[in-house]
Amino acid sequence: MSGIVSSPYSPRVNRVDQVMLQVILALIPGALAMIWFFGWGLLIQMTLATATAVAAEAAVMRLRGRPALPALSDLSAVVTALLLAIAIPPTLPWWLTILGVLFAILVVKQLYGGLGYNPFNPAMAAYVFLLISYPVDMTRWLPPHMLADQTLGFMDALRAIFFGIVPGGNWDAITAATPLGEMRTQLGLNQMIEEIRQSPLWGDFGGRGWEWVGNWFLVGGLYLIWKRIITWHIPVAFLGGLLLMAGFFWLLDPQTHPHPAFHLFSGGAILGAFFIATDPVTACTTKKGQIVFGLSIGALVFIIRTWGGYPDAVAFAVLLMNIAAPTIDYYTQPRVYGHSRGSK
Amino acid sequence: MQATQPSFQQRRLWQFHGGIHVPDEKTLSNQTPVAPTACPKFLIIPLQQHIGAQASPVVKVGDRVLKGQMIAEPKGYVSASVHASSSGTVVAIEDRPVPHPSGLSAPCIVIETDGQDAWAEPLPPLSDCDSLEPAVLRERIRACGVVGMGGASFPTSVKVNPGRDQPIHTLIINAAECEPYITCDDLLMRDRAGDVLQGIRILLRLLGASQCLVGIEDNKPEAIEAMRLARAESDIKDRCEVVVVPTLYPSGGEKQLIRVLTGREVPSHGIPAQIGMVCQNVGTATAIADAVLRGRPLISRYVTVTGRGVARPGNLDVRVGTPAADLIAQCGGLNPDLARLVCGGPMMGFTLNRQDVPITKAANCLLALTEMEFPDPGAALACIRCGRCADACPANLLPQQLYWHARAKDLDRVQDYNLFDCIECGCCAQVCPSHIPLVQYYRYAKTEAWAREQDKRKSEQAKARHSAKQERMERQERERLAKLRRKEAAAKDKPAPKPQAEAAADAAPGDLSAQAATAAGAPDAKKAAIEAAKARAAAKKAALAEQGVTPKNTEALAPAQQRQVDAADQRRRAAGLNEDPDQPRSSTAPEAANDALADQPVATQSTVTQRAASHQEQV
Repeated sequence: MSGIVSSPYSPRVNRVDQVMLQVILALIPGALAMIWFFGWGLLIQMTLATATAVAAEAAVMRLRGRPALPALSDLSAVVTALLLAIAIPPTLPWWLTILGVLFAILVVKQLYGGLGYNPFNPAMAAYVFLLISYPVDMTRWLPPHMLADQTLGFMDALRAIFFGIVPGGNWDAITAATPLGEMRTQLGLNQMIEEIRQSPLWGDFGGRGWEWVGNWFLVGGLYLIWKRIITWHIPVAFLGGLLLMAGFFWLLDPQTHPHPAFHLFSGGAILGAFFIATDPVTACTTKKGQIVFGLSIGALVFIIRTWGGYPDAVAFAVLLMNIAAPTIDYYTQPRVYGHSRGSK
Repeated sequence: MQATQPSFQQRRLWQFHGGIHVPDEKTLSNQTPVAPTACPKFLIIPLQQHIGAQASPVVKVGDRVLKGQMIAEPKGYVSASVHASSSGTVVAIEDRPVPHPSGLSAPCIVIETDGQDAWAEPLPPLSDCDSLEPAVLRERIRACGVVGMGGASFPTSVKVNPGRDQPIHTLIINAAECEPYITCDDLLMRDRAGDVLQGIRILLRLLGASQCLVGIEDNKPEAIEAMRLARAESDIKDRCEVVVVPTLYPSGGEKQLIRVLTGREVPSHGIPAQIGMVCQNVGTATAIADAVLRGRPLISRYVTVTGRGVARPGNLDVRVGTPAADLIAQCGGLNPDLARLVCGGPMMGFTLNRQDVPITKAANCLLALTEMEFPDPGAALACIRCGRCADACPANLLPQQLYWHARAKDLDRVQDYNLFDCIECGCCAQVCPSHIPLVQYYRYAKTEAWAREQDKRKSEQAKARHSAKQERMERQERERLAKLRRKEAAAKDKPAPKPQAEAAADAAPGDLSAQAATAAGAPDAKKAAIEAAKARAAAKKAALAEQGVTPKNTEALAPAQQRQVDAADQRRRAAGLNEDPDQPRSSTAPEAANDALADQPVATQSTVTQRAASHQEQV
């Protein structure tokens, strides 16, 4: 009986692989929406990333002289690969995707001891690594299909990823700035929000197409809360922190600060709040700590988006708070039964 | 029910943090009435069926004993007597395997029964318990060997005597029975609700408590009904309330039940008496009623034999000392798909590796689990810090931090995270998606921490003894030298030598100062005064030494030292070592410190055991 000598002698009700599987399931609506708006590239990236991640994980397990199957079947490598694939542009060259996944699995995760020991979120660390090293490729996003002159079919996407060839031969003709990037550029040109929003790029809250991706990730996130895979604390605090900051500055000056809902439904805010900041390994574990953690990420996202050097900031904000998580946990320990309030 | 007794619905209930819902599996065993168990050929009665000192046998091999006869007497205050549960002949007093997590053997009295089941002369009933002194009732409970029957088996006579400095206002009767599968308390309440109420009456009298709350989980409607009827008929109905609590494991943990019923929390490292409460299991209340009203010692109990690994699950009325195998046989034997035999419930019980172990006073359940009921959880995976353990922990601990530090054998950090507030209920391990045997780590860490504490205490004692000896030897050396000098001085002096003390005392005012002044050759008055003072002090010391009194250096202590001394006195009083603390001690300080150290283990141990008892009790 595999060394279980101590009670409880009752069936275990949870399993790591089931937790990870639920996360994967919850990613489906958002991923489908992205494929709908941005073409087949994402699907190819997901496949490529997953295959790389599984191979890398198996190789490391072999090197460490450990059985590969348990590590692979916990599906954590797959989740990392999928999250990275969703975060990167759908037409990113294949070798960058592979490089990113290898960095995530080998350096960020396994060098620290594997699942449960990594201080940083592997997907976000790899994203930042790619963004800093290959800024041009990493910011070359496609426009949502209703804004594009020319959409990429499945074979087009394959060719773009593996051979860098696009129809017409001109990347600039088919790529476009993300709504966050666009807003940033226009604000930098001293445009007023009202003027900026005249452009057909914009939908109800954020960029057209983009905001719907956010909605579908929200559906997946709510599913995770319903299934009790995650609790509400981190997502609500994250989005709350972002809304508070954005709302405050929007009230101060609505002409130079976009509406808070714009922040919510642009870039990786929703994905980050429900799928990335909630990565249990790298987040805070105490409930109070999770609130602090989430609020801080939300505030950092706004700060970096508004005054930082990059249009989106979820990855940076999450990584910054990953460093702080153990300290926050230490100072937010719950009051233990029978201990007086005030003492820990 | 709700219409007739609205007050039950009005009591506000509190919640404890965490807890888990587990399939209760109670219907497996509570559908049939309790069956008597046949008297076995051999009764194996352990001498240690309680927390505290092992009882010492009062019978010899070859003696004939009667049912209910005391065969081992308590040794010390925290101990309990043991009685023969049937008549027969003592055939052995030796080590036998006992139900214990370690699987070790322990001294037992083995009785070959004669089948007559003949009773010894019972103790006289004390039916008028309200007019009797609590001490008389306690003595009876002690004589009948009553211990806590919820699992920890702390001697009841000790638990009902919390001392004058801890007045008790509320008696909590733990009838929650929150462990899955176990139904012996359920059946006991259905069968003997009247006796439970009698037991409560005696307990209220013993403790001087003003009210009693009986906490029952809402998955036992028959027991609740029976208890409410019995309460309505009893003469303590205005002081006793049957409170239905929601089914949530581990609401039957002593600390959790107190929280649910009263909203108060037992202080960490403390016992309920510190907040004016005493918690007793419903089985214990019945045993008290038997002891006081019928003069019957605790020689049998209800035991649940259940699980899908046994052919006919049910409850049995079992003589203490009956081998587990007999119970299993009576329930139709084990099924071939048995995976594990457990003593106690699935959440907190321990594995039985053999069936010849006897049923003890604390054994409430034999659980035969099949592979289906307890599938192999597989190898533990890495902790993913998901925090489900913390959500489930009824003590509001951070189990994953505890695990982390326990695994690293960091005994300091693990105690920083309040390891000793863990009640080992198993909620964290149950919900862990990585299937880490968390409780096993905590038990390990606790054992290590205790061992280290003990080592530390031992070495501190050795150090104190050593320094005391050092000091004593130095003092003796000083005295020897002083004596020598005085002798030399006396030899030089013309006058005939006086007795030492007298000489010193006389010399103090005049001669010595004069001598000192002349010896120094400087008529410095200040110096002379100092010398004179020194001489006076030396004289006084010598005089006292003559009377066998050395100065106490417990005077003029730093506040911290004074606190330490007070704490030691406190512990001494708590441990019942009734040395009058106000009486001046003739011992020197190092020796006093030694005393304090010496009785520290006693006090600590008794609180530790009592605390351990309250932890395990009745979960």
